[in-house]
Amino acid sequence: MNHLILVPILLPFLTALLIMLPPIHYSPQRRRWLSMIATALLLVVSVVLLLTIQQQGLTFYALGNWQPPFGIIMVADLVSCIMLCLTAFLALGAISYGSAGEDEKGSFFHPLFQFQLMGINGAFLTGDLFNLFVFFEVLLIASYALLIHAGGKNKTRATVHYVILNLTGSAVFLLALAILYGTLGTLNIADMALKVTQLPDDNLMLVKAGALMLLIVFALKAAILPLQFWLPATYASASAPVAALFAVMTKIGVYALLRVFTTIFGEQAGPLQGLANSWLWPFGLATMLLGAIGVLASQDFRKLVANLVLVSVGSLVVLVAVQNTAAHAAVLYYTVHSTLICGALFLLADLIATQRGKAQDRLVAARRVNQPVLLGTLFVLCAISVAGLPPLSGFIGKVMLLQAAFGANGQYWLWAILLLSSLLVLIGLSRAGSTLFWRVSGMQKAEERVQPLQLFAVLWLLSASLLLMVFAGPLTELSFAAARQLADVLGTIQSILPGSGVLP
Amino acid sequence: METLFALCIGFLTACGVFLMLRGRTFPVVVGLTMLSYAVNLFIFASGRLNLKGAVVLGTSDNYADPLPQALVLTAIVIGFAMTAFLVILAIRARADLGNDHVDGSMPAPRHAKRERTK
Repeated sequence: MNHLILVPILLPFLTALLIMLPPIHYSPQRRRWLSMIATALLLVVSVVLLLTIQQQGLTFYALGNWQPPFGIIMVADLVSCIMLCLTAFLALGAISYGSAGEDEKGSFFHPLFQFQLMGINGAFLTGDLFNLFVFFEVLLIASYALLIHAGGKNKTRATVHYVILNLTGSAVFLLALAILYGTLGTLNIADMALKVTQLPDDNLMLVKAGALMLLIVFALKAAILPLQFWLPATYASASAPVAALFAVMTKIGVYALLRVFTTIFGEQAGPLQGLANSWLWPFGLATMLLGAIGVLASQDFRKLVANLVLVSVGSLVVLVAVQNTAAHAAVLYYTVHSTLICGALFLLADLIATQRGKAQDRLVAARRVNQPVLLGTLFVLCAISVAGLPPLSGFIGKVMLLQAAFGANGQYWLWAILLLSSLLVLIGLSRAGSTLFWRVSGMQKAEERVQPLQLFAVLWLLSASLLLMVFAGPLTELSFAAARQLADVLGTIQSILPGSGVLP
Repeated sequence: METLFALCIGFLTACGVFLMLRGRTFPVVVGLTMLSYAVNLFIFASGRLNLKGAVVLGTSDNYADPLPQALVLTAIVIGFAMTAFLVILAIRARADLGNDHVDGSMPAPRHAKRERTK
């Protein structure tokens, strides 16, 4: 048994507790450094775990040594390890930015941040659907408190909506779990995948109803079309480091969709195979288009970035519906790229907003930013990457998306809408950039300057785009390996439940 | 028993959904609470309704499924914490925004009038 699997959950948890102890809690500097060091350590642990899993293949940890299907298990495969690394990488950027002063605007920023990391990591690692619900709640309650960090009317209003929506989502999640438990008799993901093959016909409709209710919940978390209206306001009102961390929250929804609808209702599920695809495909396309229109229509830069998150979610969800190895590999690569770049853009939006005085990040003529060359360069790099222009990682990601859709049903719809939305994003970004940097009214410059930690945070996230481009070869190979492992449902079942016998 | 149980869950869900669609935070909180009661009962029923089921192995032919009880306990605790958070948040929103509407501002007078005559 590999105890390393638990470290990504325990490390943020213990750090959060440690930060709240008096010797550290009363000193802002100690809080910051402990939080940053722990997050850096988390990144190291995640990478080590990824390398271990790459060698050993799928590994699981049975809590209390209760063997599956009876106990709760934590499963580490390549997909969850990639997501862990992504989260830790993003979190290090966000926490460095927060440590430049944003964390002192409210209390308990660092402990809440670490608790949220614990929830996110747990959600990626768990091999049990009810445990997934529990970790969702852990990350949600931390995110509620983080969202309202630093206070203000906008934040309060957005938080009320966010909390009510997510509580309703949790209720639906529980209903779906109860239906699935009542029909399949288990909540262990691998065991569910096994039980679905032996499902009697009269339970088919019930399982289908439960699965589609899960689809609703994950669609709410991932912000797919009819359930996406909360996202722009919420993300735009959150403080910058929180918004940057939230860039990974929608991807948790996508990850859960991938997990449930390729493992449980995968190729072995007979009549239930791919039952979400016919829903994900059209709504994903619509989300992409609506996000792109939102980018054009945004009145301020933060809303624009939030709409960019929607565009990326839309393209990911469509690819989840394509259901082949190339598509899943593209989903993984593009998830890493889009999350980190959206995080960088949220941080950059805050930097620009602080230097523009009263106009903040509204797209109107205002005073000149204090460091136009620095911020302008960062903006151009981010924009190139997120719009998918060569040479940065967005281009490679988009090419992978387009290639994966080759030969799929309705491939031309995907190509048309993906390319159209890229064009709209490009127009929206160039318009926003020229307004932010060039439409200046001749008032005097502001005093604010970018602090070193803030600059480090943005560069750190931006460097990911560069790394994803330079090491595109090994990284696409890694995502293909992960996608193959994800698609190998029978192998997963064999390694988690060795006594389950031979499958049909 | 099954019919009664199902009717209870259905009635609670209907009330919960109705209240959740109201415009002020207090009915919404009550609605969410009712919905979570309905959900808890529903989870409980997922282990099948079972009278006089034994819990200890080897004492009877008729056993109760223990897992839904554990699940429902977890769901109750989480739901309780979340509701407590929402209540505090609603009070904060009332103080920050000056009213208790979920959108942070009262609807336009025309709608308000119609609401009052109802």
